[in-house]
This record gives sequence, structure tokens and C-alpha cells, in this order.
Amino acid sequence: MSEKVLMKGNEAFAEAAIRSGCRYYFGYPITPQNEIPEYMSRELPKVGGSFVQAESELAAINMAYGGAVAGGRVFISSSSPGIALMQEGFSFLCSTEIPLVILNVSRGGPGVGGIQPGQADYYQATRGGGNGDYHLIVFAPSSIQEAVDMMEMSFRVAEEYRNPVMILADGMIGQMMEPVVLPDPIPAALMEETSMTKPWALTGTKEARPHNVIKSLYLKPEELEDRILEMDRKYQKAKEKLVQYETDGLEEAEVVLVAYGSTARIAEEAIDLLAEEGIQAGLIRPISLWPFPYEAFDKIPQKVKAVISVELSRGQMMDDVKIGTKGRFPISLSSRVGGMLITPPEIAADVKKALGVE
Amino acid sequence: MKTVFEYTRGMLPEETTYCPGCTHGIAHRLIMEVLDEKGLLGETIGVAPIGCSILAHHYMNIDMCESTHGRAPAIATGIRRVHPDRIVFTYQGDGDLASIGTGEIVHAAHRGEKITSFFINNAIYGMTGGQMAPTSLLGQKTTTSMDGRMQEQSGKPIRMAELIATIDGAVFVERVSLDSPGNVRKAKKAIQKAIEVQEKRLGFGFVEILSSCSTNWGVTPVKALEWMRENMIPYYPLGNLKSPEEVK
Repeated sequence: MSEKVLMKGNEAFAEAAIRSGCRYYFGYPITPQNEIPEYMSRELPKVGGSFVQAESELAAINMAYGGAVAGGRVFISSSSPGIALMQEGFSFLCSTEIPLVILNVSRGGPGVGGIQPGQADYYQATRGGGNGDYHLIVFAPSSIQEAVDMMEMSFRVAEEYRNPVMILADGMIGQMMEPVVLPDPIPAALMEETSMTKPWALTGTKEARPHNVIKSLYLKPEELEDRILEMDRKYQKAKEKLVQYETDGLEEAEVVLVAYGSTARIAEEAIDLLAEEGIQAGLIRPISLWPFPYEAFDKIPQKVKAVISVELSRGQMMDDVKIGTKGRFPISLSSRVGGMLITPPEIAADVKKALGVE
Repeated sequence: MKTVFEYTRGMLPEETTYCPGCTHGIAHRLIMEVLDEKGLLGETIGVAPIGCSILAHHYMNIDMCESTHGRAPAIATGIRRVHPDRIVFTYQGDGDLASIGTGEIVHAAHRGEKITSFFINNAIYGMTGGQMAPTSLLGQKTTTSMDGRMQEQSGKPIRMAELIATIDGAVFVERVSLDSPGNVRKAKKAIQKAIEVQEKRLGFGFVEILSSCSTNWGVTPVKALEWMRENMIPYYPLGNLKSPEEVK
């Protein structure tokens, strides 16, 4: 049965993964997500699962591939520089069509950067750092509750599309505590079920079927082209089916803010501040970052004077905002970076600047 | 009539992409024969590396996946956690295991993963066209050491079996060679023992298999076997470095 508890974000994510049927976790310590491997090492064995502390993020993503290729429901987590190390693996998992759920509790970059919250992983999540024509499916929660609810959905999407799904959170959601309703636990799939639901999985042939092969190498260009086009059909379907977003107050708006994750909650407060000053601001909150909800931008009324991308990065999401608005409105950026959080008054000031009011 | 020879069901009737004289075929067949004889073909999951033998799954009649470069032992670790009752092995060359994948092989051994790694050491990068491997011998000419490998520049060749044998989690370590019929028979015995170690869940098993690459060494297949005997075996001594009581 569902239960309401007060939990730290990272622990809630871990518990939600277990309740979503995850039994395998492979991880390497990195701040600010260390509560997740700690929680998994403690809790997974209690439900017959397995935790491995990998020697590196490179090993962790490849262990995850091994667990998932064997038919297991696998979850991994890391933070920005660790995610960078996993990019080769993401490309490889996409090419081999292996489902996996990845949680990125992102922090400031580039390089080692810092350990405070950041959103500068937008490109690395939505554009990928790996090679080739592939996409991660990316969802961005703005609260612990939303992240918890997203977990089971992410496993379902990963398995239906046979593609890794990334939940892009940030250090703020990972480290804060909020009341959260945990979902009912679903049992892990038995191996007999796995052979039905995942007939491609490596389980041993039992000499009862032809051998299963999971491969990424295609030496003949015509074969590789066919593979890529087949994957692309899947990505086109994802673009039709997986777009998620919320809008608020677009009809009355003279200015529209675009923000995702915890930044969207700060943007909501800025909208209240602006309302007190008689400025009507609307909000578009992308929930799926890939596929990006470009269609939401068609709902912006023509009278809107400015669209502002609010993000803890230097305009990474703004590229998608530009694509979505198709040149209909002036676009500007409201941003803090390096682990600094933007405040509602700062956003309000950027809005007024964009509108040319003091 | 009594059957005196049968081709193993472990190998699929495919034409391989290996060069004439390459010993990958022998190594493949020995492993598959052992699994077949033990009735384990249906219980085994293999991980192929990056390198010439990435296509091992074309020939080996078992469930198999490809790997990112060097990460096969990590992948096998993941498979092992999901299927604790199966036989899981990696098949890796010297670039894959002894260069880019040293972290993964050392830590899989260190954790005592109940898997077996078959390490094909032919002292050169085969698939990429004959570059220097960490196991290339001093003075050996390769496309990245045209005047011969020099210690001052590249260090001495790495002895992986000895290195792995220092790790507690590795319980079975042996180096064998495919240069002669006698040594091929010894190689099969070592593979049998390594698989038995895994069947008994005793710990990590490692078999280094000295192999030839006549194409990239630039010699005939026969000369390649002689080169192995004259140059490789003296530097990479054959024999068992570690074996648990249960399989002695």
C-alpha cells in the first residue's frame, strides 16, 4: 500500500527504484548522490537483489549493461562528471537496444566543477556525449514526489522502447527532504517471465532455442544504415508518444518563463512576485527534455512580448526554446551557474529587463 | 560403428573471418569442446571483446554479447549477478585485457567474481593492423615500433598471468600455448580446470593463451608457431601459477 513519509530525495529515488522492481544496482561514489549507493547496498540484499560497488563509472555502466543484457531490471545513478564517463556506455546501450534507468543528480561543471546543484548537463543528457545517432529518453522531475512517480514509468518506457532512460534531477532535489507518497512495491520479474517479456535476453539457451546474440558492430555499411534507420523509427515514435510538459497561465501572459526541474519551482515564485507588480507571466515546464515539448510553444499567444529561458546553465535549454518558438518572440536568458541558485527576485529582474520596464 | 570423432556442437558451421594460420579458431574450439563435453552449452553466457574476436559470437553456439573495449569483465560481473547459476566467461585479446581494460580485469579478479577470463596473448594488435601491444616483446617490430619495441620508451612487456596471480580473488591462473599439438592438449586441460573452478564457485579463473598472429607478425603460419616457441614462451613461461585443491 502507498505510504506517506518524509524522506531525503536521494533515498526516496533509491526506494522508488526498488519498489519499481529494480534488483540490480551498480555504482561508484560521487557527490551529491552518495546516499543512493549507500541505500542500495543496505536494502537491495534484503529483497534478494544485488549491489556492486564498481571500481569506476566506466565499470559501473558496463556492469549495468551486463545485468540488463542478462534480463535484469537495472538502475544506476551518478552525477555530472561520472555521467560524462558513462557516455560511451550510453551510446553502446542504445546501439544494442538494452533498457536501463539512469539517474543523474547533476552538479556544476565543466570539468570537476563543484558539488552544488547545476543544470549544465542539459546538453550531455539531451544531445549525448557518446558517438553516433542515438538518443537517451530524458525526464526531469521538479519535486521528489514527481521523481518517485517517474521511476516506475521510466522502467516501463525503457523496456518498451528498449532504450536507456535518464532521469535528470539536480543536487537540490537529491539533497532536500520533502513529504513523499511512495508507490506500492511491484515484485521483480521472475526469470521465467523474463524469457517471455525479454526474449532477446542472455539467459543461457538451455539448448532449447537458437543462441541469443547482442551486438553493436555492423561491418557492412548497408546493414548498419538499416539498423540506424530502424532505431530512428523508434525515436520518431518516442517524439510522438513521450512528450510531457506543464503550462501555467499562458493565455493571460505578457511574458513566458521556461524552466525545468527544481528551477521551475523557483520560477513559479518569481511569477507570483511579478503578479504583485502587475506583470502577468506564464510558465512552460518541460518534463520530458528529450523528446523536448516543442509543441508547447505553439500555445504561446502572439501578444507575448518575451520568452525567457530560466536555467542553471548558460543557455543550453535556450537552444530548444529557440527551436520551439520558431522566431516568433524575443528570447532571453535568466541564469545562475557554478552551483549558485537563482532567486525569485533575480528572475523577476531579468523579466523586467526583457520587457523594458524598471 | 563406434564414433571416434565428432565436431563439437559448441561451434556453429560458419566460415570464420580469421586469417589463415590464426590460432583464435583453436582457442574457440577448445573452450566450446570443454563446455560441450561438460553439458554446459545451454548454461553458458559469453562476452566477446573488441578486437578480431569481437565476432566470436558468430561461431560460438551459446548466448553471447559484444562488449565495449576492455570492459568485458565488468559486463560479465553484471551478467553473473543476474544469473548466479550460469557459467559466464570473457574472451579477450591483449589490447582489450592488458591495455585498455586493465582496471576491469584487475577488479573482477579482486572481487573474486565467479567468472572465467580467457586471455588471448599474441603480442600485437590484430584487428587494427599490427600496432604494439603491452605484451609485444622487446625488439618486436610493429607498426608503432618500427625499429622494435624499446624498453626506454614503452617499458617491458606485461605479464598478465603473474600479475593476476598476486590477487587473492583469483584462485585459478594458468598460462598455456597453442604452438604445438602437445601444448594444445595442455591448454584444453587448463580450460577444463578453469571451468570446473567456476562450476564449483571457487572464485575468479584466468587462462592466458599464447597465440599467433602470422599476418601482423609478417611471417608464415608455420614460422609464427616457431616464433612463439623461440621468443614468447621464454618470456611468458607456461604452467600453472595458482590452482585450488578442489581441481588439482
